[in-house]
Amino acid sequence: MARSARPLGPARGAAAVVALAITALFVAAIAMLAAQAQGAGRLGPADWAALRFTLWQALWSAGLSAGLAVPLARALARRRFWGRGALMLVMGAPFILPVIVAVLGLLAVFGRAGVLNVALGAMGLPPLAIYGFKGVVLAHVFFNLPLATRLILGGWASIPAERFRLAQSLRLPLFPHIERPMLRAVVPGAFVAVFLICLTSFAVALTLGGGPRATTIELAIYQAVRFDFDLGKAALLAALQFGICLIAASAMGLLPARDLRDGAMDRVVVRWDGQDTAARVTDALVILLAAVFLIAPLLAVAFSGLGGFGAMPAAIWPALGRTLAVALAAACIATGLALTLALRGGRLVAVAGHLPLAVSPFVLGMGLFLMLRLVVNPLPLALVITALANALAALPLAYRALAPEARAVRLAYGPLAASLAMPPAAQLRHLYLPRLRRPLGFALGLSAALSAGDLGIVALFANPGQETLPLLMYQLMGAYRMEAAGGVALLLLGLSLALFWLFDRGGRIDARG
Amino acid sequence: MLEVKALRVSDGDFTLSADFALPQGSLTVVIGPSGGGKSTLLSAIAGFLGSDAGQMLWGGVAFGGADPGARPVSILFQDNNLFPHLTAALNVGLALNPRLALSSQDRAKIADALTQVGLSGMGDRLPATLSGGQQGRVALARILVSQRPVVLMDEPFAALGPGQRQEMMALVRGVLCAAGKTVLMVTHDPQDAAGADYVIALADGRADTPISAARFAAAPPERLAGYFRK
Amino acid sequence: MKTKYLISVAGLCLGASAAMADVPELTVLTYDSFASEWGPGPAIKAGFETVCDCTVTYQIAIDGAAILSRLSLEGGATKVDVAVGLDSALTAAARASGFFAPSGVDEATDLPVAWNDDIFVPFDWGYFAFVADADTPAPDSLRELADSDLKVVIEDPRSSTPGLGLILWAKSAYGDGAGALWADMADNILTVTPGWSEAYGLFLNGEADAVLSYTTSPAYHIIAEGDAGKVAWRFDEGQYMQIEVAAALASSDAPGLARDFLRYLQSDAVQALIPTTNWMYPVRMPEGGLPTGFDDPAAVVKPLLMTEGEAAALHDTAIEEWRAALAR
Repeated sequence: MARSARPLGPARGAAAVVALAITALFVAAIAMLAAQAQGAGRLGPADWAALRFTLWQALWSAGLSAGLAVPLARALARRRFWGRGALMLVMGAPFILPVIVAVLGLLAVFGRAGVLNVALGAMGLPPLAIYGFKGVVLAHVFFNLPLATRLILGGWASIPAERFRLAQSLRLPLFPHIERPMLRAVVPGAFVAVFLICLTSFAVALTLGGGPRATTIELAIYQAVRFDFDLGKAALLAALQFGICLIAASAMGLLPARDLRDGAMDRVVVRWDGQDTAARVTDALVILLAAVFLIAPLLAVAFSGLGGFGAMPAAIWPALGRTLAVALAAACIATGLALTLALRGGRLVAVAGHLPLAVSPFVLGMGLFLMLRLVVNPLPLALVITALANALAALPLAYRALAPEARAVRLAYGPLAASLAMPPAAQLRHLYLPRLRRPLGFALGLSAALSAGDLGIVALFANPGQETLPLLMYQLMGAYRMEAAGGVALLLLGLSLALFWLFDRGGRIDARG
Repeated sequence: MLEVKALRVSDGDFTLSADFALPQGSLTVVIGPSGGGKSTLLSAIAGFLGSDAGQMLWGGVAFGGADPGARPVSILFQDNNLFPHLTAALNVGLALNPRLALSSQDRAKIADALTQVGLSGMGDRLPATLSGGQQGRVALARILVSQRPVVLMDEPFAALGPGQRQEMMALVRGVLCAAGKTVLMVTHDPQDAAGADYVIALADGRADTPISAARFAAAPPERLAGYFRK
Repeated sequence: MKTKYLISVAGLCLGASAAMADVPELTVLTYDSFASEWGPGPAIKAGFETVCDCTVTYQIAIDGAAILSRLSLEGGATKVDVAVGLDSALTAAARASGFFAPSGVDEATDLPVAWNDDIFVPFDWGYFAFVADADTPAPDSLRELADSDLKVVIEDPRSSTPGLGLILWAKSAYGDGAGALWADMADNILTVTPGWSEAYGLFLNGEADAVLSYTTSPAYHIIAEGDAGKVAWRFDEGQYMQIEVAAALASSDAPGLARDFLRYLQSDAVQALIPTTNWMYPVRMPEGGLPTGFDDPAAVVKPLLMTEGEAAALHDTAIEEWRAALAR
């Protein structure tokens, strides 16, 4: 029965509708900008320089993140140690923090007055300059190494233990026969995912880039809209960015999505290699270095936030409530959409699932604003729109978490469900939802955490009384209240981690069978 | 009667042809080397593969164009026959109501079927807590309660020991065939043929006309000679 | 009985909304820190509502520049009656947009430069300045800063009004020499941030010796934190000014109310609020004068401000000059 020709998952039509709607939404967002423009935009030499820089930094960031993730994922895959779960949880935090918080944390360690340079100075060594191209790449690796690691770790977790045993008994070297084929399948996906995320970077690139050399397309779009009021140029730049991302996303859609697999987090691959001292020491060193690199800046954020806890205004409590509501709504929408796409499977669906990485949140926000204005006053809906936009932003990761698992369920149980004539709703309820509990929990947790920490497009719409925590944090910073802002940042960090932990855990408890 | 008339199925480069008729309540074994087309034949009858030519009928009614779930056919796969997160009783219940909205009558039927396959009182167990043989029995109970007259089995007991295999064959015969089910079972073990009514030899994409088990035992078809020598 | 109850509740709701509709609403678009709990917005709303018999509703944009881009995204079809917080460097673009109507307000102000504008009404102002720790050796000019080893954080002129102000500052003080100034200052610029908050955050974290901010910034640290350790550098060539203005929308359906609001912004009540909420200078000195901790604005050697025509004409070339010098 292995060659069953038809996709047997339920709700194939719904997936087509979702995929089309997502594509249409992004094309329409850019078209709305263009329609609003007074004449066509023109690109100058500075814009082409921005394009070159954007591509160059994204390539480096993606290459380094994916490259460094390989030894880290390998070490994490074959070692079990106290605090491994907590480490995996906290490692994901940079990815879900507001950009400015993560940057300030990074600088507290690597900056001019950071711990590292103070230590170097005390030893009489010259300071390390972070600002410039390497600062941009360092920050992007800080943000994306955990993601790349998780993607690649999924590859390791998906190798059956028997295969290691077989190779062992045949005395085959492990790397060329088992690990290289797996890495060849998984690493390109991780590379492209990080590449796409870095393409739409802007505040990180500029702040750590040391000056206008580090201008990305996203900044050029921002400038065209905010200062030049040149919507034609903004639309042109957005289309250019969309095109590049579409090519990369298509490449990713064509790659097998066998990552973010279930159990990637807590399954230690049972294997018999790497038991000698050298391997143990290397793994321990890799894990230790990565943990320090990723966690030290977070500790800095937490430390500076503790002082600001008392200074936080009463407005944080309603803002916390709104942030939670937006995060939960975004998580449900993102996971629902991702599940619809994942149940269908296939390459075109995979491209649609990755598409949201291809559009800058800024352009999407403006496009939504313009579109909604045709039918309704968008301002009172700020939180609804923010939830929707955050959901779209989280969709690619939720999709990557669900698609391989849904495919595995479809292959294993699809024929049985079909021969029992289970209608789509019954398949969803009695087959897919119970079998996908763990990846569903992971997808919900990740998208809730991402949504909570993201300033999102609420900044484009929000009115007094609609502030979320990230927006409140920016308002506090704008009013000189850096200390209170640090407190809010710490609160956000805690909230994001708690959301992720709760959902991820919920998916694991009592996952029978 | 299950009739397969001038059936032609292609699966990639592979082509299969078959033409036979099996009386209701009979047990037929399909035997032959791997790659010969046994699984292709079951896939075509179950509806997972489309056919290029020919007809499939039950009781004179053609079902070749229907979806897998709409055919008069139950199927027992090599593995993944039970949903691991559902209890044995619910796995059986899927054949009565795929939405699992079960009445008290349904529950009684399920309990009765489980008793018939020797799993009395084990309805609340999850598959992971049952042995391989017991899991096979749950699947048999599900086939028993379904309204579908034809049963397809794809090397269903390959993973079981010889003793358990014989028990299961006895169950198939004594419970399924006795209930009037027409069973078509793919196997590569000549011993399974001994307990069957008919044997279909299948090699190189061609299914022979069914012969009685006794005739098969006395004179195995020439085409399968190489297979048996192994 | 129940039906009757429901009808009377519905009637009450209708009555309530009718009563609300009787009070005219004034929609004010401003930047978020102006409208936030810590800005002057809430007090201005409360104060104006007691005299206008109307309801003030704020809409917020993330900064001053976003106000105009929000209006241009809305293409003039907006509910907004008054925009508060446009920057003097952007008035040319704002005027050209045609969104705004003459203000009808032309009271004299205490601004150090003459301000005659039929549309844009100033409500606060400040001097751009580099803010540093008091014990950091202070240069006397942009040129001296460029020749020093000091490291500063500035904002990007393409995404932030202080950033744009610095570009115009260099152009006002050095004219055609601005390009050379930037070339020499490139090694002093630690980094460039998208906005003021990021830059000021970096500075407070000890990353840079100084940050591009305002002469009024030290007053915040003195008054709110009791910390006298921050100073604003005064330069011999002068400081560039930022004047924040408000304007009424031409599309407003309450032009009379909008004019009253613009006038109210210049009233003593609001002007007295400005220093310790928006941390800028008032355009008319309130009765009590400036709070202790604020420098006397008259201490600045020379106020620099281009006319909006000059600023608009120089905008693109000045930014490109800056970009080219720093991108090398």
